[in-house]
Amino acid sequence: MRLLRIPWPRRYPLAYAVLLGIPIGVALFTFRYAEGLSYFSSDPRACANCHIMQEQYDSWSKSGHHHVAGCNDCHLPRSVVPKLLAKARNGWNHSSAFTLENFPEPIRIGPRNAEILQENCLNCHESFVHDIVRLQSPGDVLSESVSCVHCHKGVGHAPTRPTGPMIWIGQRP
Amino acid sequence: MTEPVPPPTAAAKKRFALAVAATALVTALVTALLTNIFQHKQEAKNPYIRFVQVTEETTDPAPWGVNWPRELDTYKLTSTASRTRFGGHGGSEAMPREKAEQSPWLPRAFAGYAFSIDYRDRRGHAYMLSDQEMTKRVTELAQPGSCLQCHSSVIPTYRRLGDGDVMKGFEAMCRLTYAQAHAEVTKTGSLNPVLQGAVPTGQRVEGAHPVSCLDCHDPATMQLRVTRPGFLRGIAALLARQGKKDYDPNRDATRQEMRTFVCAQCHVEYYCGPKTTLFYPWNNGLKVEEIESYYNGYRFPPEGGEKEGHRFYDWKHAETGAEMLKAQHPEFELYSQGVHAKSGVACADCHMPYERQGATKVSDHWVRSPLLNIARACQPCHAVPEDELRLRAETIQSRNSALLERGGTALLDMLGAIRQAKDAGAKEEQLAPALELHRKAQWRLDFIAAENSMGFHAPQESARVLAEAIDFARQAEITALKLLPKSPR
Repeated sequence: MRLLRIPWPRRYPLAYAVLLGIPIGVALFTFRYAEGLSYFSSDPRACANCHIMQEQYDSWSKSGHHHVAGCNDCHLPRSVVPKLLAKARNGWNHSSAFTLENFPEPIRIGPRNAEILQENCLNCHESFVHDIVRLQSPGDVLSESVSCVHCHKGVGHAPTRPTGPMIWIGQRP
Repeated sequence: MTEPVPPPTAAAKKRFALAVAATALVTALVTALLTNIFQHKQEAKNPYIRFVQVTEETTDPAPWGVNWPRELDTYKLTSTASRTRFGGHGGSEAMPREKAEQSPWLPRAFAGYAFSIDYRDRRGHAYMLSDQEMTKRVTELAQPGSCLQCHSSVIPTYRRLGDGDVMKGFEAMCRLTYAQAHAEVTKTGSLNPVLQGAVPTGQRVEGAHPVSCLDCHDPATMQLRVTRPGFLRGIAALLARQGKKDYDPNRDATRQEMRTFVCAQCHVEYYCGPKTTLFYPWNNGLKVEEIESYYNGYRFPPEGGEKEGHRFYDWKHAETGAEMLKAQHPEFELYSQGVHAKSGVACADCHMPYERQGATKVSDHWVRSPLLNIARACQPCHAVPEDELRLRAETIQSRNSALLERGGTALLDMLGAIRQAKDAGAKEEQLAPALELHRKAQWRLDFIAAENSMGFHAPQESARVLAEAIDFARQAEITALKLLPKSPR
């Protein structure tokens, strides 16, 4: 890397320091302004920073799971290294998608993330459901039919649209 | 002192230039990202900025669009042609096709009534007023002023005609002719904000507008509200039946209910004149036979020394003489019988789905068939591929269409039989049962034919209504044929 072998500036070191400091400062400010540190936490509010996940966040806070599991508990692997890798991969995907606004809507979970989710369902509930899950042989790609959330759609966050009883609709047939 | 610095080599110069370029690029990218984040944060913080003051008198949507440009932009798209397999308008600026092209039985079914001379598919909201001005039903026949309750942004005119009382103005305008009422709406025009000097003022601009922002939004708070007098009375009557006294949707309804009520102000069954003030026939309920029972019990104001007014009817059929009912476009009534309404889904959820724009979400004001916007309209709830959803909807609609056309055939057979009986000299009282069945059959058939979803809003209910229509039409046919003199063996 001959190109990067820049000698220690012997003349005008202050000027060099200022010039280098400006981009670093802008970058650090941007990181802070974008609440970059929050993404190192497990606080579900961080996932709604950009408001795209607002509906998911709102419905999660009213869901049956909100007192036992946050976003990361279901959406990230448990062990440290895979967790950080998944965070980095999703972080890159989400931030570039939101910046470029080039993603299809409505947002759907991808295949790799669906596997992580399924593993996390089992992490807590396996003893209940191992009879069902054993139908799938090890190493199989997660198929829609045995995915827990195929039926239990609303356990984490759903529906994504507000609904409610309509006052004028009677209950009698 | 310092050593003399050797002059930079060519390689060093190149390195320096590259370092500057790289730093500049990185700084530029980071700054671009920073402004992008700033922009998204602003979007999330300020859904809108009120640049001009719009009021209860601003019927022109353009000034509203200064404050809410996203909504106005999509509202304007209602002027573009949109067509699905069974409905809408496919041409450019041409008028939509006559419904009789798809259902040839329609003109004969409406013999003696305005709908037999001109009855076309709908266009978007932006055209509602000009389409009404142009239809032969209005240009060639006398129509009442009540039509403008829904086809124009009319509330300021009601207020003016009623000296501040909207209900009074509504009653007054229902008594005018269409031309007189249209002139009043044009005269009221719109009070548009003018930005001159320190104090914003308003300028009255003449002209009638189709449905506009203030028909569904409070100009002070932008909250949803309903304004149509006919709806306010109708929904209060409907809820009174459920034991809720003095129901006022603007006070009592949830936001989700309002996302249906704003549409139900007009997309409903009603009587529009001229014999009495416009009303929505919901006192007995919303189902086809509940509305029918209300009409059957309704008496017009007595005329010319009559003791009791005549039983409700829209027109007398030119072939059979039966006192007929015309269904308007009972979308709200039919939808209310379907699974979406039962699940708490509002009209706006499918017809005006949320659209994400940056970090804000905007209700799509391009009101149109959800089949033209399946990703936003259906998929937020139904995680099923688009094609499959479209196929499912079109299957429902095709079956409904087949049943509807079968009903049309039954209706024509019935008309033929009644006519035969009449020609053979059947007396009025002999024919009465067949004519009563004619009224029942055609009311049901028309209820589904005029409704704008080809059965989708409530497929099973729609099939039930069509089955009854076919049954009553065939009963009428048999009843009429029994009146024919027995042919010698």
